[in-house]
Amino acid sequence: MSYEIVAITVLWTFLFGYLLIGSIDFGAGFFSFYSVLTGHQNKIHNIIQRYLSPVWEVTNVFLIFFVVGLVGFFPDSAYYYGTALLVPGSLALVLLAIRGAYYAYHTYGTQIENNIVHMALYGATGLLTPAALSTILAISEGGIIHEHDGIVTLNWLRFFANPYTWSVILLALVSVLYISAMFLTYYANRAGDEAAFGVVRAYALAWSGPTILASVFAFFQLNHQNPVHFQNMVDIAWMFIASFICFAIAVYLVWRKIRLGLAFIMVMLQFAFAWYGYGRSHLPYVLYDYISIHESITNDAMAIALIAAFVLGLCVLIPSLLLLMRLFLFDANYIRGKSAKKG
Amino acid sequence: MSFLDPVLMSRILFGLTLFVHIVFATIGVGIPIMLALAEWRGIRTGDFHYTLLARRWARGYVITVAVGVVTGTAIGLQLSLLWPTFMRVAGKAIALPLFMETFAFFVEAIFLGIYLYTWDRFKNKAMHLLLLIPVAIGSSASAFFITSMNAFMNQPQGFELVDGVFTNVNPFVAMFNPATPTKVSHVLASAYTTSAGALASIAAFSLLRGRTHVYFRKALKLSVIATFVFAIATVTIGDFSGKFLAKYQPEKLAAMEWHFETMRYAPLIYGGVLDEDHNVRFGLEIPYALSILAGNNPATEVIGLNDFPEDERPPLSIHYYFDLKVTIGMLIVLIPLLYMFRKKLPGKKPYPKWLLLSILALGPLTMSAIWLGWFLAEIGRQPWILRGYMKVEEAATTSPSVGWMLVLFILLYLVLCVSAVRVLSQLFRNRKAEEEIEAQGLEIEGGDGQ
Repeated sequence: MSYEIVAITVLWTFLFGYLLIGSIDFGAGFFSFYSVLTGHQNKIHNIIQRYLSPVWEVTNVFLIFFVVGLVGFFPDSAYYYGTALLVPGSLALVLLAIRGAYYAYHTYGTQIENNIVHMALYGATGLLTPAALSTILAISEGGIIHEHDGIVTLNWLRFFANPYTWSVILLALVSVLYISAMFLTYYANRAGDEAAFGVVRAYALAWSGPTILASVFAFFQLNHQNPVHFQNMVDIAWMFIASFICFAIAVYLVWRKIRLGLAFIMVMLQFAFAWYGYGRSHLPYVLYDYISIHESITNDAMAIALIAAFVLGLCVLIPSLLLLMRLFLFDANYIRGKSAKKG
Repeated sequence: MSFLDPVLMSRILFGLTLFVHIVFATIGVGIPIMLALAEWRGIRTGDFHYTLLARRWARGYVITVAVGVVTGTAIGLQLSLLWPTFMRVAGKAIALPLFMETFAFFVEAIFLGIYLYTWDRFKNKAMHLLLLIPVAIGSSASAFFITSMNAFMNQPQGFELVDGVFTNVNPFVAMFNPATPTKVSHVLASAYTTSAGALASIAAFSLLRGRTHVYFRKALKLSVIATFVFAIATVTIGDFSGKFLAKYQPEKLAAMEWHFETMRYAPLIYGGVLDEDHNVRFGLEIPYALSILAGNNPATEVIGLNDFPEDERPPLSIHYYFDLKVTIGMLIVLIPLLYMFRKKLPGKKPYPKWLLLSILALGPLTMSAIWLGWFLAEIGRQPWILRGYMKVEEAATTSPSVGWMLVLFILLYLVLCVSAVRVLSQLFRNRKAEEEIEAQGLEIEGGDGQ
């Protein structure tokens, strides 16, 4: 395999990691806020806090990994995306910043429970952030960023007047809520928290239908935006069919309230098939027509060094992540709230 | 100055982000060492006060880490958003440490999360202390990687420039350039000093407010002595940095010292005002000192600014940053020294008010020295972003919207910092140390904090 394929696979995997744990985090923030508004807070607030507290910092790092890695492996992307995305990128940054900081203030700071302003900020950014970030996927299809006489610009009119942009935002939002609710269903069940389980299971089932509808809608909008990419996707249709089968199994298991661990694995597989299918058919372009992985790849020496650093990094990271998960995700005492809380 | 000039606005915005981030990054690198010192002392002496100290420090620390994560994310993205051309060109040689920094931070974040939530989870208390090792390694390694990138901007090497493209790249030669050793060690030592100094300030503040519990005197002792040790290291490394500059980046040293004519037996100028003909007035002149700083020998030849074309000279204002930084550096060594000899000082009180006030100043002083040192390093590299290869104005974005983004981020940082200060002060006000000690029922007589 060539360096550029290894590189883009690594990067895409980071983004997939971000998609999963970011969605859980974003959705949990929204549900947490929603539960306060609807008076369900006593039922699900604790379970969400227990999960989020020790892992929140890890989420952002996946995104940074992707950005830094993308610029490292494909330096041209810094030039095109960097110039064109100044305004949307900065707005997304502000959302992430508010979200991260207020979460920490809320969790580690004062003991006043459920400060409604903090909760509202956290809940609202939980939806706005994925909406903002997902638009970059829409932009990558081409037709929105242009280069004339060495000046790179973003065509705002094309950006906002484009049904494809909105279809991607819609898909991102419903996916976030679906993934998050599916995970919390599993987590509440592990914790043996019947009341919370009932609430989040209902959320999970409610958001499953819209997820598929939004996927289909985005799929057909792509045909208008980038017919080449659309055709590539049709050529590997089996991946999307596999994704749908995983979806059906996951929803069936949650509906029957059995094998919830397997159900969440099915959710991960559902998104893995769709994500890698989408990514594979997107190639060779990182930004349609401007950045192709074959031409933009950095020099061999840097590519080898980055891949080596990545492998070494994984050797440290995977055991650390497993330790984190053992202590907080799969430790029954911790999940049930029997272990001591933070320092 | 134009609101629409992308180069100037990019410099201000990036500078602003770093100005905020450097506070939290510095604390982020240094505090784990202080946590380890306190917790280790607590385990070794069985003195619960030290364990509580580590625990309370950690509670505040996590808030600063949160803000550091947020501002660090901003820098990570702004590098590409504001300096797209720089990243496109230089990324081919220096992407490696930037990539590795994320790994280092990742390890730090994971273990810090575990550390915070496992105070009472291990039977063997040393296990919990061990969790700090990956935290400290992760945070110091982050500092190393990022600083090596900054070192590369000062001493680019490890590539050949062919038609505007870096070829024949060796990422390790680029990373381990001549500026890396002095820069990295200076950054690390000063981060440890600043963190210890900030904690000393907090302890002094409590004592000044009339809180007399021995817990605060122990906190003061530990943090002031740590400040002293780290400050000595920082000053020593600072001296190496001077020698490095004389050899590799003489224009920066010359601008710092208002040194125009290349000569031996060069004097060092402290303070002063420069007139139009480059004559120094009202300055304090120390004979031979610049030559000694540059090469440990009064006969060392120091290259003057006149040897460089005018459009490649750094701004002469960096002289003041340097002088101020050195002055503060001396104070940071002197104040802890006075504390250590406080029993020999005239007067009867062991903790005279003026001494506590000086220690209170340690935090702001050390942080100011960090800012000044950073101004000196960055402004001293002007007009280059990549010394000898690319100027700042060639590297910035061409987007006309940077001014508005500047307004946006000023608001963001104001809100973040104000609320961080509020949250931190509430955190400690709502749970006083004395109450926690009482709750533990472990009141210990005396102790060694006298």
